[in-house]
Amino acid sequence: MNKVVKNVYEAIDGIANNMTLMVGGFGLCGIPENSILALSKTEIKGLTCISNNAGVDDFGLGLLLKNKQISKMISSYVGENVEFERQLLSGELEVELNPQGTLAERIRAGGAGIPAFFVPAGYGTEVAEGKEVREFDGKMHLMETALKADFAIVKAWKGDTNGNLIYKYTANNFNEVMATAGKITIAEVEELVPAGELDPNCIHTPGIYVQRIFKGENYEKRIEQRTIKTQ
Amino acid sequence: MALDKNQIAQRIAQEINDGNYVNLGIGIPTLVANYIPSNVNVILQSENGLLGIGPFPTDENVDADLINAGKQTITYVKGAAFFDSSRSFAMIRGGHVDLTILGAFEVSEKGDIASWKVPGKMVKGMGGAMDLVSSAKNIIVAMQHTNKGQSKILKECTLPLTGVNCVKKIVTDIAVLEVTANGFKLLERAPGVSVEEIINSTEGKLIVEGEIPEMKLY
Repeated sequence: MNKVVKNVYEAIDGIANNMTLMVGGFGLCGIPENSILALSKTEIKGLTCISNNAGVDDFGLGLLLKNKQISKMISSYVGENVEFERQLLSGELEVELNPQGTLAERIRAGGAGIPAFFVPAGYGTEVAEGKEVREFDGKMHLMETALKADFAIVKAWKGDTNGNLIYKYTANNFNEVMATAGKITIAEVEELVPAGELDPNCIHTPGIYVQRIFKGENYEKRIEQRTIKTQ
Repeated sequence: MALDKNQIAQRIAQEINDGNYVNLGIGIPTLVANYIPSNVNVILQSENGLLGIGPFPTDENVDADLINAGKQTITYVKGAAFFDSSRSFAMIRGGHVDLTILGAFEVSEKGDIASWKVPGKMVKGMGGAMDLVSSAKNIIVAMQHTNKGQSKILKECTLPLTGVNCVKKIVTDIAVLEVTANGFKLLERAPGVSVEEIINSTEGKLIVEGEIPEMKLY
């Protein structure tokens, strides 16, 4: 079951105008840098991107925003990007903001074959507009629907040729859940090993979810808030 | 005298009990970690996928793959656990996190909170705040009592809401308030701040019963 593709361009082959992509990462932590950079060098546009954040002006999804390749973002927090703000205010970009846990659960539901579910987050707020409300155990809940994507693009620490993945520290974030919800899931990894070399007890994403895997190069891993212990 | 940010954090730290799992929001709540006594055992949750936040790293220990929900570089403590976002919010939504401490623009006497959006200005997004306030067992807000002389402790919030009927306690720069079915109950006042000053700074219904003690900062 060899899932290995030659390089990032083979990995993103088939991504086309107006498709929906899931892109892993939280802030700039754990983002699929190689795939985003490669997409920024294509002419693909009209993308709907499901990603917790929108990168910064010159890195992460900010690269695709700058090129106007994204027409809609589904996110929970987009506060670090000036170009994003400009496109949002000018109406070039559509944005759907979701509570972060609702966003994660919508993706989980998409991968797990659950079309809709109820959560309390957002009840009584503008997030509730247009949504079915139901009371369970005396508490009000909103109906939320599943999210799926044409391509899910994730970044892992280690992967094997079968597509099994292990994430590092908080670079897991949305990657593990998004890997389950792509019609095609692309995994870029820092270390790619033959099947059998990863401890099967420690796999986060079983290879069944992954269609294409490749070893990424030149990870910058930019830090947004470098915070050091004082004293 | 009104408390500074660190003193608000210091007072809130007294609300944390031994054995608690706690989520600290961005800003003043992050400072609370500095004042948790060493004999109180607490595990801090970061909603981007960590139970067991440690102190900020030294320069040589910085790891880009290890950040908190404010995107700051951090470390993890012994016995920590990492997990993905869906499981992180499952533990929040499932009521497993004992206490959430977060900032706010406004709180109403019904316990509604507004903390994520100021119309006409940039909309950054709610992040995990709506999930946290709708499901934590206990929610404490750290905030300034007034903004440019205007009360932020209100009958009704004026800004878009983060959650309804959820805040249990508020620690401001001048007072500690409990949200009750009948309004804000004044529990403590900042050292040197009079009850009258708190009454004048509070737009929502304020219940003042008996002598109101000064906060103890330790």
